[in-house]
Order: sequence, then C-alpha cells, then structure tokens
Amino acid sequence: MALDSKVPKGPIKDKWTDYKNKINLVNPANKRHIDVIVVGTGLAGGSAAATLAELGYNVKAFAYQDSPRRAHSIAAQGGINAAKNYQGDGDSTYRLFYDTVKGGDYRSREANVHRLAEVSTNIIDQCVAQGVPFARDYGGLLDNRSFGGVLVSRTFYAKGQTGQQLLLGAYSAMNRQIARGKIEMFNRHEMLDLVKVDGKARGIIARNLITGEIERHSAHAVVIASGGYGNVYFLSTNAMGSNVSAGWKIHKKGAFFANPCYTQIHPTCIPRSGDYQSKLTLMSESLRNDGRIWVPKNMDDVKAIREGRKKPTDLSEDERDYYLERRYPAFGNLVPRDVASRAAKERCDAGYGVNATGEAVYLDFASAIIRYGEEQAKVKNMTNASDADIQTLGKAIVKAKYGNLFQMYEKIVDENPYETPMMIYPAVHYTMGGVWVDYNLMTTVPGLYCIGEANFSDHGANRLGASALMQGLADGYFVLPYTIGDYLSDDIRTGKISTDTKEFEAAENEVKERIEFFVNNKGTKSVDYFHKKLGKVMWEKCGMSRNEKGLKEAMVEIKAIREEFWKEVSVPGGAHEMNPELEKAGRVADFLELGELFAKDALTREESCGGHFREESAEESGPQKGEAKRNDEAFAFVSAWEYKGEPAEAVLHKEELEFNDIELKQRSYK
Amino acid sequence: MNLTLKIWRQKDSNAKGQMVDYKVTEISEHMSFLEMMDVLNEQLIASGEDPVAFDHDCREGICGMCSMYINGEAHGPDRGVTTCQLHMRMFKDGDTITIEPFRAGAFPVVKDLAVDRSAFDRIQHAGGYISVNTSGNTQDANAIPIPKHDADLAMDAATCIGCGACVATCKNSSAMLFVGAKVSQYALLPQGQVEAADRVKNMVAQMDLEGFGNCTNTGACEVECPKGISLDNIARMNRELMKASV
Repeated sequence: MALDSKVPKGPIKDKWTDYKNKINLVNPANKRHIDVIVVGTGLAGGSAAATLAELGYNVKAFAYQDSPRRAHSIAAQGGINAAKNYQGDGDSTYRLFYDTVKGGDYRSREANVHRLAEVSTNIIDQCVAQGVPFARDYGGLLDNRSFGGVLVSRTFYAKGQTGQQLLLGAYSAMNRQIARGKIEMFNRHEMLDLVKVDGKARGIIARNLITGEIERHSAHAVVIASGGYGNVYFLSTNAMGSNVSAGWKIHKKGAFFANPCYTQIHPTCIPRSGDYQSKLTLMSESLRNDGRIWVPKNMDDVKAIREGRKKPTDLSEDERDYYLERRYPAFGNLVPRDVASRAAKERCDAGYGVNATGEAVYLDFASAIIRYGEEQAKVKNMTNASDADIQTLGKAIVKAKYGNLFQMYEKIVDENPYETPMMIYPAVHYTMGGVWVDYNLMTTVPGLYCIGEANFSDHGANRLGASALMQGLADGYFVLPYTIGDYLSDDIRTGKISTDTKEFEAAENEVKERIEFFVNNKGTKSVDYFHKKLGKVMWEKCGMSRNEKGLKEAMVEIKAIREEFWKEVSVPGGAHEMNPELEKAGRVADFLELGELFAKDALTREESCGGHFREESAEESGPQKGEAKRNDEAFAFVSAWEYKGEPAEAVLHKEELEFNDIELKQRSYK
Repeated sequence: MNLTLKIWRQKDSNAKGQMVDYKVTEISEHMSFLEMMDVLNEQLIASGEDPVAFDHDCREGICGMCSMYINGEAHGPDRGVTTCQLHMRMFKDGDTITIEPFRAGAFPVVKDLAVDRSAFDRIQHAGGYISVNTSGNTQDANAIPIPKHDADLAMDAATCIGCGACVATCKNSSAMLFVGAKVSQYALLPQGQVEAADRVKNMVAQMDLEGFGNCTNTGACEVECPKGISLDNIARMNRELMKASV
C-alpha cells in the first residue's frame, strides 16, 4: 500500500485556504443523521467533540477518567504558542512555521506545520472568548513569555497552569454541548477495540470501568485522541492511566504507526528519589527563562556536595560550569529540549551529577532574583535598597511568575528553591511519534482519524515547548471539523450503523476473551512487575542515546518480557467490577508490543535527529563536534509501520519528506 | 517507617462497607501517600487479596482525580496539596492512619475509596461556560483589555481542580466553594457578563438539586482546598445570585 499524504498542491501559504474552499461539506440538516465517536477528552479530543457537536453531528465522547476535565492535557504548565506578534519582536506565521520545522529537526511535514502556524492565532482569540484567564500586563493586554528554541516571545500563558485553563475552556465548550444533548459523554469508559465494517471504521468496543460491562458503540467515523505513549518507559511525566491502547488497537486493525522512536525527554523534571517511585514530575520549561543551569567545575566540589560537606550556594561563580551558556552562547539556557537534555546527560555521565544518584544538575534562580529585585527597587524609587530588600523584591517577582512550580518542588523535594538551587534531571515527557495520518488527519483506515499527541504529524523528531497545546487545539477546533466533513459527505444516506452485526460481535468476543484470560490466569507476578521491567529496558537502551547493540538487545529482551507476561501475570479481582489492575494489565500488554516496535524503529533509523540520538551518528569534528548528525540523503522520510502479527515483523512504509519552503540545515543553536 | 492503616473497604455502591486494618513496613519518608498505597496494594496482590481501589491519575496535583479523607482531613494533614502530593514525611513511625472516601450524600461510593463526583459535572452543564461557538472567528484576543487585577482574580478562581475536598470537608456537604469559583471566574471577566444572571441561577439550582448542603460560613473548605480557593468566591456568588434575582 502506497502512502498518500494528500497534501494539496499550490504555494504553502495558500494550501489550507484553497483546500478548505474546495472540500465537500455536509449540510446542517444532514449532520443530524451522522454520529462521530471521539476517544479521549484532552485538548484535542475535547475541542473536537465540542466543535463537531456544535456543527451538528451527534458525538459520543469517551474518557477513562471520571470527568473529561481530568485528561492529562491538564498538567501542561508553561504555555501555548501563537504567531500573534503582539510583542512586535518580529514574529509571523512564517517564523512560527520555520521554528517548528527546524525545532523538529526537519522531520515533519511542511504543509501540516504551516497550517498549524496559520490557525495558531485563532486559538488565542477563541480561548479568550471562552473566558480562559490568560496572563495580562498592567495595560490589560495579553502577556507573553519565551520558550526554548526560538528568538521571539510568542508564548501565551496562565500562570504555570496553561494546560489546565485551556482544557477547562474545552471542557466548558463540551459542557455546553452535553447540556444540549449533542455530546453523549461516557466517563469511566475505556476503548478496547476498533470495529471495521467493509474496511471502514464504524465503531468501538468499550468497557464500562465501574460495572465491567462490555459495550458496543457505532458511528460513521471514529476519532482517536488518546494522547501519547510515554508510559512505555514506566516512569514518565504522563498520568498513571496514560496509555497507548487506543492507538495500538487501531494499529492492529490497519492504521500505520509512524516514527515510534521519536520521544521527547524533557530537561526540567524533578530527579527520581527511589525504587518505589511511581511517576516523575515535570517543571515547566518556562523556568529556563530565568533559571540558569549548572554543575560544579571541579570534581572535588561535586564530591563535597554529594557528601553534604558543601552546599551549592557555597560555590563561587568561578567554580560553576554553566554548561549550556558555555556550549550554546546564542541560545544559552533556552536551547530546545532535546539539546538541553543531552547536555545534562553528558555532564552527569562525566560524573558531575549533584545528588546521591549522580543524576541531577542545578537550576539556579539566584541571579534572576537579584536582577528582578534591582529592577523593582528602581521602579519603586528605592535608591538605597539593601541586599536584603533586593532579595525580598526579587523573590516576590519570581514567586508571581513561578510560584506554583516552586511550591510543587518544595512539597516533593522538601527544599526551598528560593534559597537553594533546584535539582533537575531529564525525564520522558512527550511522544512525537504516533499514528500516521494524512493532511486530513485520517489514518490509513478510512473513517478513522487521529488527532493531538496520539498522531505523529507536526513536531517531527522534536517538539518545541508550548507547541503541544497549540497542536491539540488546532487539530480539534480548527482542522478536523473541516476535514472530516469531506469524508462524511459520502455518508449522508447511510443511516444509523447497527451494532448487531458479525463485525461487532467478533470484536466484542475478542475483547471478552482477553479479559477472561487476565482474570483467570494463575500467574505469580503483578502487572507493575512487568511494566517496571519493560521501563528499565526502554530507559537504558531506547532512552536519551541509542546504539545498534543496545537496540538489538532491547528487541530481544522486550519480547522475552512479553512472553513471560502472558504466562506469569496475575490479575486479582473479577471482570464484572471496578478493577484497576485489570485495566493496567490490558495497557501494559499493549506497551509490551509497542516497545519492541519502538526499538525496531530506532534501530532502522541510522541517523541522529531531534530526540532520537544514535551514538553512531554524531559530528566527529569542527565546531559542532559531538552534536547530533542527521542524514538527509538517506533518512528524510517518515517511517510508517504496518502491523503484521509480531511487532518485529512490522513492515516499513516510507513517506518521503519534501522541503520546498525551508532549506535543510544543520540545526545550530550555538 | 512502619504504619497501621485503617481503610474503608466497600465492594461496590450497593454493598455495606467496613474499616479494615492493614500493616505496611519500611515506608520511606520521601514516598508520596499514593506510593505508600501502591506498596500496600502490591502486598495485597502478592497475598491474593483484592487491592484497595482509589482514584488517581496525574499524581502531580492538577487533575483533581485523587481524593481520600485521611485522619479526618480531605487530602490529609498537609496544606495546599492533593493526596498525591502529600508525602510520608508528614507521618511518624508507628502512626495509625485512618483512610476514608470523601463522604457526602451527593458523592456516592463507587468502590473502596473511589467516589462518584459526576454531580460536579452536571452543575457545570447547567451553566459553567460562555456561549461562544468554537469557530475561531471571534474578535481579536486583545480587543477587550481586562484589568490585570480582575484577570488575576479570575485566574485564582479558575484554579479549582474540581476534586471535591470542599464538599468532603464541609459539615453541610456544601458545594458552594466549587460553584462559587466557577461563577466568579466568569463574573470577573467581561466575556462572561451577557449570561451572568442565568448562569448563577442555573448553576445554583442544579447544585441544590444534586443534594449539596448550604453554606454556614465556617470556612473549613477554604482551609482544606488544595488550591487555596478563597471564601470570597462564595460571597461573590451570593452577590451575583442576589443581583440576578432582584
């Protein structure tokens, strides 16, 4: 099967507008006869459900949480990008497009990214109209901050809770449609399989997580918006329930899975403290606006700090290595996430890590506190401000900007970050890879769409900060509602899809068999045992840097863990009740397959790009020595994998990437 | 540290529940409360018992999914945190910890420590939104300047995570802090004015219908709220309701 991205012809700046003008629409009277299923209610799913319902479709929305408001988009902190150029600092649609393609290390589809940049400004208008309380300046206008990998301030934010406020905005739009009866909301429901009829996506099988009942739901189209698969690493910044199951089930039913190895490892997370750890906590990248990252220059100081003989504040400026500022003078602490994470790993691997595990670096606000304090002293006309005054004034500003993040850090680590530098270390955060979609956001299965983090489309091999929220809402509010009409215009005479068919029955039976297996298997080990074991292999061999030997080992080891899982997994409780262990078992079973494909994809991509760093492919000399080395000749393509039974047997399809509007260059942040 | 846990066990919403004692050992003070619960559950699974069901998801204090009434307080003894952010350093070796679900007539128990908070969603359906379509063809975001002070107050109100700690804490099982926060967010913003009167009336009517109690100004909700939502929001909601009713 040849991949057709369906990118429209014409100049890039006109593609989306021209395309929208020509695609088929469904008239309002007919929309009432068309049902759409949306799986997931985060920014992408929530905004899609609301907009589709508003357009007149009958929407059924599914969330495993007890309310759509709890989807993990809520945890996004720092902000959302939009090319508004309110700051007059040279921003434009083109520049956002360019930054995103470059930030993604030239592995994304130009036309999709340009469309994203175009609709970014609508998102801000839309959200303000919905009552999202973005931060404002004293003139009452919207405020912006900077994020990594760009040279302008285009990030809109609501304190450190931007994801929460945007999600509550989408949730409010959903509530309006739920009240009208246009969205039927299924909370505490998990999709367990896709149902295809005559090759088209026509429904899902879902489990009611309270009663355990297996339900059939039909629709004319199915939209998957189930988020990323970072939990394949066991420890990540994802929510405990975040999973790949919806994406993996559709992969097994014919949807190609693209670039699974593109994972973002976020530089500013709280380091792990022990084996009992259940998840990692991210602190917004916005902290890098004001925090300076460093480790001691001298090994003696590292030892003294680890042994508690010295405190970080005892070290003078000369004794500190601000390694990002040293290596990347142009971008300094605001280099993109993949670059910042690898630089931290490089220092820690060299032995300069500052905590007991040797996996932590400092993020220091001391100079920001003084800078803000001096500024405030001037604003307040305090000509003789003492050092203590300056500290007090500066801390107040830092608190206003990052207060909730500082509080979160203090609660977890039990140290006061206003007085001593924070400790941070990279952690798995976001997956750029995902289900392959065309320009319409449709997968390789007709009538099956995939939006938000769950798809692969816009971020290439590395996502820039504050772009996930932008993509989720762009897909849900402004892209999918148009493109899905083009497909559904053929369904105006189809009528209700019956669930009383052999296709639904077969899918339901398969789901039930698997559940019966889990609750009846007399294994000896818990689900978490296998999940942790998988996570360890993923982190060690498919983590921040990868090599051929490790990846080959990973494939063998993951397969072995999977085989042991199916023999030895123990799931307490029954099928017909609320059973969180049973839910986990199903999700981990899918991670155990995805993990192997992930390693295979990483093995196949013999180049370094973005978050995917192959040790064999680094610059050997010159000013870029040690930096990631892309191979555009051989690897400027999207890897789309077709399921063939075992993950190791997946077949690779290539979507060649064409760059007509941006010149491919070494990504330099020096 | 070694601890005794007294935990509410209830098979489903219709079953009769009871407190059951468990022991956990070698708990690190750096664990979160839910990681301690994970240790207990691993122990229960290993011994062939049914693990304790509890709601949780993000484990970073923002999704509002975790609940638990710990030693007589919603989200336990610390201030400004959810249960997932509560750390074991708040407890001592040898402590007995009592863990109950959030208790309120409007929050029926689903299983063990998990409760049904869908009443909160239904209150939001009654008016927790601004009636603007999602076309993106609205006016430019900077067309209406909003005083920073108002925007900040609206943000403070909007910070509510909908966990229900206020209801669980209140002796009347009142949801007025929750509803007041949403009403306030929109009441403070120019975008929310057009429907303000209907919104507050409909949301309060739904709140009463769900069986939440009234507010008697004890202020316990504000103390236990993990996000520090202020009682001012209840006052603002009452003012909005008065305005809408006269």
